[in-house]
Amino acid sequence: MSRAGDLDEADDAVRVRMVVNGRKTACDVAPRDTLVDCLRNQLELTGTHAGCEMGACGACLVQLDGRAVHACLMFAVQADGARIDTIEGLAESGVIADLQAEFHRRNALQCGFCTPGMLMTAHDLLSHDARPDRETIRDALSGNFCRCTGYEAIVDAIAAVAEARTTKASQPAEGSSS
Amino acid sequence: MSAPLTSLDRPNSYIGRAVPRPNAKRLLAGRGRYVTDIRLPRMLHAAFLRSSHAHARIISIDAEAARALPGVHLVATGPDLAKICTPWTGTLDHFKGMTSEPQLPLPLERVVWAGQAVVAVVAESRALAEDALELISVDYEELPAVVDLDAARQSGAERVNPAVGSNICFRAQLDSGGVDDAFASALHVIEQDFSFGRHTPVTLEPRAIIADYESESGMLTVHHATQTPYQFQDLYSRHYGIPEARVRVIAPDIGGSFGMKLHVYHEDMAVVGLSMLLGRPVKYVADRIESFVSDIHARDHQVKARMAVDAAGKILAMDVHDVTAIGAFSTYPRTSVVEGNQVIRLIGAPYDFKSYRAALEVVFQNKVQTSQYRAVGHPIACAVTERMVDLAAARVGLDPLAMRANNVIADDAYPTASPTGYKFEALSHQACLERLRRLMDYDALRAEQAELRRRGIHRGIGIATFVEITNPSPAFYGVGGARISSQDGATLSLTPSGEVRCAISVTEQGQGTEAIISQIVADQLGVAQEHVKILTGDTEVTPHGGATWACRGAGIGGETALQAARQLKANILEIAGLILQEQPAALDIVDGQVVGKATQKPRLSVAEIARISYFRSDTLPPGTQAQLTVSHHFAPQGYPFAFTNGIQGCYLEVDVDTGFVKLLKHYVVEDCGRIINPMLVDEQLRGGVVQGLGAALFEECRYGETGQLLNGSLADYLVPMAMEMPDIVIDHVETPTADTILGAKGCGEAGTAAASACVLNAVNDALTTFGASINAIPITPARVLKALNRY
Repeated sequence: MSRAGDLDEADDAVRVRMVVNGRKTACDVAPRDTLVDCLRNQLELTGTHAGCEMGACGACLVQLDGRAVHACLMFAVQADGARIDTIEGLAESGVIADLQAEFHRRNALQCGFCTPGMLMTAHDLLSHDARPDRETIRDALSGNFCRCTGYEAIVDAIAAVAEARTTKASQPAEGSSS
Repeated sequence: MSAPLTSLDRPNSYIGRAVPRPNAKRLLAGRGRYVTDIRLPRMLHAAFLRSSHAHARIISIDAEAARALPGVHLVATGPDLAKICTPWTGTLDHFKGMTSEPQLPLPLERVVWAGQAVVAVVAESRALAEDALELISVDYEELPAVVDLDAARQSGAERVNPAVGSNICFRAQLDSGGVDDAFASALHVIEQDFSFGRHTPVTLEPRAIIADYESESGMLTVHHATQTPYQFQDLYSRHYGIPEARVRVIAPDIGGSFGMKLHVYHEDMAVVGLSMLLGRPVKYVADRIESFVSDIHARDHQVKARMAVDAAGKILAMDVHDVTAIGAFSTYPRTSVVEGNQVIRLIGAPYDFKSYRAALEVVFQNKVQTSQYRAVGHPIACAVTERMVDLAAARVGLDPLAMRANNVIADDAYPTASPTGYKFEALSHQACLERLRRLMDYDALRAEQAELRRRGIHRGIGIATFVEITNPSPAFYGVGGARISSQDGATLSLTPSGEVRCAISVTEQGQGTEAIISQIVADQLGVAQEHVKILTGDTEVTPHGGATWACRGAGIGGETALQAARQLKANILEIAGLILQEQPAALDIVDGQVVGKATQKPRLSVAEIARISYFRSDTLPPGTQAQLTVSHHFAPQGYPFAFTNGIQGCYLEVDVDTGFVKLLKHYVVEDCGRIINPMLVDEQLRGGVVQGLGAALFEECRYGETGQLLNGSLADYLVPMAMEMPDIVIDHVETPTADTILGAKGCGEAGTAAASACVLNAVNDALTTFGASINAIPITPARVLKALNRY
């Protein structure tokens, strides 16, 4: 319908369908848009951050079909058909509430820019390994750059949550209280 | 049970309490609002074409194709912005004789480092703007690049600025006298050369700015990821000729700063001008490569040091020469010579000796600017001093800790001054040293080291004593003519429902500014912390102040909040006295209730006083005007700086086959005066230490011979990651400053100040049996193997 020939570029958009934080979502992206661009700009899920744009810093980690992946290393079109969970989704669903509370209690964050990625890694780790030791936690975090904290409080927080979850799991159901 | 009650047992006693940061929960839910996240209506995006040469003359720029690209709104070059922006010069009056070329947002004739922004494109998306950059061609005539520091200092060297006679930006000398005599009479003279690499702050959120100029009202609003919104309000106003009251700078959540985001960057100044030219909001976010080539770098020193020591191991004198390279310009408005100035003034600062001589030479190069980054000058001064102390201890035959115990300024010697003239109110080197000895279990660690060495495992113990500059007075910048405030301001209000709102000029970058200010206000007013709301980072909302840098937030901002809270409390009690027919002095506030001071019995809630004052003033005695908002400013007086001190210890293992260093444990004993929130102080120390550990082992901006940065990505520039970092054990000595009621000093830079010195000493300690010596940072595996003659 365009009157001027030089407006044709707009036709490059590709429709991508994803289940984002539990909701069916469709958006039109340029083929060169990365998943992090799409999440942040089009879906306004700004909790996912772009830090290095080469998969080194972990600020852009999201869950794709249940696995932590770098949203800066994928094109949005590659996520077509996938289930994406971002920090906003994990926070609202309550699945990382204990991690968030422990990070808060121990001040395992300062500027907060790395924090969504840290929580993604922590969530991923604890879903595979219920009782990681400190070395294992540090190893799991080796793709998450934090310039503020020095990491120790983050390691402490994850270790404490692992322990609390294990204790809770080992308790008889009737003994649990809230 | 039987423990005595402390001040922390009283209700609302928050000073000294480890409470979590109220504002951190948002960040944990992904609800932070960084400049990177902000989108404004009709917002456009800027991208910059950068110089591919370290030094070249711009012959011509062809941007016609870029201008014609659909979606491109503006292509601007140096002259376009020079028409509306006045140039800036990074010099200060108190650095006598320093020079630097005037700077503009984009260059007119010459580019002076590889990566310098040359052409700006503003388009409907960042991607489109970058597409347009590829259509621009710049014709350059390459000029000889000044890359090597030694070459830059030679007479007849190629010059960064061909219009002047040399590459020297600034020279300074200090001489307390008696140095030559002290060296002549000393039994031991230790001499050592040092080199410190360039590194860069690498905040995880890159620099980000949105400038929004509205021509109709002449109002400029800038959303700026910065520590210092007031400084930028002043600069944008003056350089673009906009009345100050029509410039608003908002610093929302900031993804790390560490000193990096308080300097003027060419792109940021350009973005303001681009918005003015277009009358629309313009956003610019540096990508990671741009950050590496345009954020300030730091350090880059070559130091020659001599130390004279007597037979008993007493330090008699030091004589040092520091040469530092700062890039092509001195940074504005704080200059690039503060670092070197602090290096020569902080060397030897913990120790009791009289004779000191130092020379500083600050040199231009065709590289990106260096300037203030966390712990400005401290890590260099500390590493030089502490390595020299270790070398002296070895020469005399003393244990490093014993050598320090013999030489630190005694805790009962205050007030006193360093040989360089820094005035010390009260430090605690001896107490900290003894505390560290116990914290590390030093003797047991030495025994373990010796035992492991017999088994071929080479561990090292490093110690570093330090002094940190905090709470700076106008002696820091104001006296040099910089419009950088050393005072802070707060406006504190009791709201109609009895809550408290505090708008204060210190800013938050995650260190916990808002948390500690709310602790102080709640504590001083006698209300619950959750009823105190803190507002920061908006020049339209808070009074003018210095904001956050040089470890001033707790000491100066905290005192501002304390004094404001006391004033508001007095005003509340005055109204309470009228209502209760009681002398205000006989009343107090506890947990939001006005109580009788003697009885501690609640008489009236603060909320009720607010209700009456705001809505039923008719029931107050005639002539009463309730003042439930106070504005208060505080400027530090007394000592020009509140010095802090401390000592760090490092335990590590060197793999002598690979050269790798494994950090095992790090220890800190620190004295920052009154501690407001012990958890936040410890976390400042840990974060600071890790930045120092990165500098010690990994971080270096590496340049090729033509002045190209070779490792400008997070895969190539190594930063400390969780796996390589040790646990850090912390203890405190508390010597409050008597210059304020609060007594707090800074703590944000203490960790960085001494961590790299500690590692340097520990690595050398591990290598002692090999007769190997390393005096350069970063201590890369290659350097270790070279020192061992294995590479």
